[in-house]
Amino acid sequence: MKIAVASGKGGTGKTLIATSLALSLEKAVLVDCDVEEPNAHLLVCPQWQLTRHVELPFPKVDLNKCSFCGECQRVCRFGAIAVLADQVLTFPELCHSCGACSLVCPSRAISEEKRKIGEIRFGIKNGLELIEGRLQVGEPMATPIIRELKRCSAKRDSIIIFDAPPGTSCPVIHTLRASDYALLVTEPTPFGLNDLVLAVGVTRELAIPAGLIINKAGIGDKKVYTYAQEQNLPILLEIPEERKIAEAYSRGKSLAEAFPEYKKIFLDLFEKINLQVKENVCKAVVSSER
Amino acid sequence: MKICITARGEALDSMVDERFGRAEKFIIYETETGRFEALDNTQNLQAMQGAGVQSAQKVIASGAKILITGHCGPKAYATLKAGGVKVYTSAKGTVKTAIEDYLKGALKEITAPDVESHW
Repeated sequence: MKIAVASGKGGTGKTLIATSLALSLEKAVLVDCDVEEPNAHLLVCPQWQLTRHVELPFPKVDLNKCSFCGECQRVCRFGAIAVLADQVLTFPELCHSCGACSLVCPSRAISEEKRKIGEIRFGIKNGLELIEGRLQVGEPMATPIIRELKRCSAKRDSIIIFDAPPGTSCPVIHTLRASDYALLVTEPTPFGLNDLVLAVGVTRELAIPAGLIINKAGIGDKKVYTYAQEQNLPILLEIPEERKIAEAYSRGKSLAEAFPEYKKIFLDLFEKINLQVKENVCKAVVSSER
Repeated sequence: MKICITARGEALDSMVDERFGRAEKFIIYETETGRFEALDNTQNLQAMQGAGVQSAQKVIASGAKILITGHCGPKAYATLKAGGVKVYTSAKGTVKTAIEDYLKGALKEITAPDVESHW
């Protein structure tokens, strides 16, 4: 079972929900896919076991073999190679590592070198495994690290929870893709609703069943509730806007750790998700048999 | 000698475009004859990434040896330098005044990029 926690808007409580759910389950894998600023570890406080580098290939041109024909520059869709009269410039940070330049080079002058763009850390806290991706400062592409995170976690047979980055761009789509369920965390404000609509659009496009958690319930207005009803999106849980929750969070405590009663609430939440995923599978089987 | 000025339009009284990689037009001006032509740069203006490098290649291909613009970032500068184009920044006003300023020696040649990437 793979559950992705996403939101659209930043700061709605994705990491609070993802860590609370993961810590409530007896055995789980939590994957922090917010690789530009991973913070699940602050609430989990795991013992780190292992760190692995994430590397990407980029072209290296041998000027002794190069005929300066410019084929590599023409095929590159990302402007990462500039062929001049007597030199070739490469810009690794623009390169998407597609390998087209070395394929088209008639002089076989292009080889690939690797450079580090970030790392993945593996940590343990009781029955919970935390896998965290971290993009190096200044690197523009988050998706290769998320791809690697998904590859690393795919072999685990327990419940996997992905903590997605905010927004609805490529890194979020990579996180959501191939998940069984999208748990969308929102807040009942116009900002929350605006970005929730975009996030729901992504889950529909990817054909992933989705449900809502309304965090900071009690603030804002009722428009998120109206939207959920119109769109037939189940509201699985409401977490009230409470000072004690914010205080616990500021000390690095998730809901499950700070308030024991929340452990049961999150286990119930998991059961609701489990049921919805199974129903979805049944529906898919029925429609394929028709 | 050909010089290139980044511009918002196609005439000598068009305003200088202070951005290099995502400039709207490049005006290629011949100092000996006063003749000029405008190159459209819409493709790079709308590029997802790498606008500076591609625009630099365009200027090099035009045969211009001098570039007059507002600012120039690191990847564009590296490419222009490798292509033998000298870069003058801080140009303001119309293309015509920028050319006059250059000819008077009022613009400064840069020896390193004057702004960061994605400026």
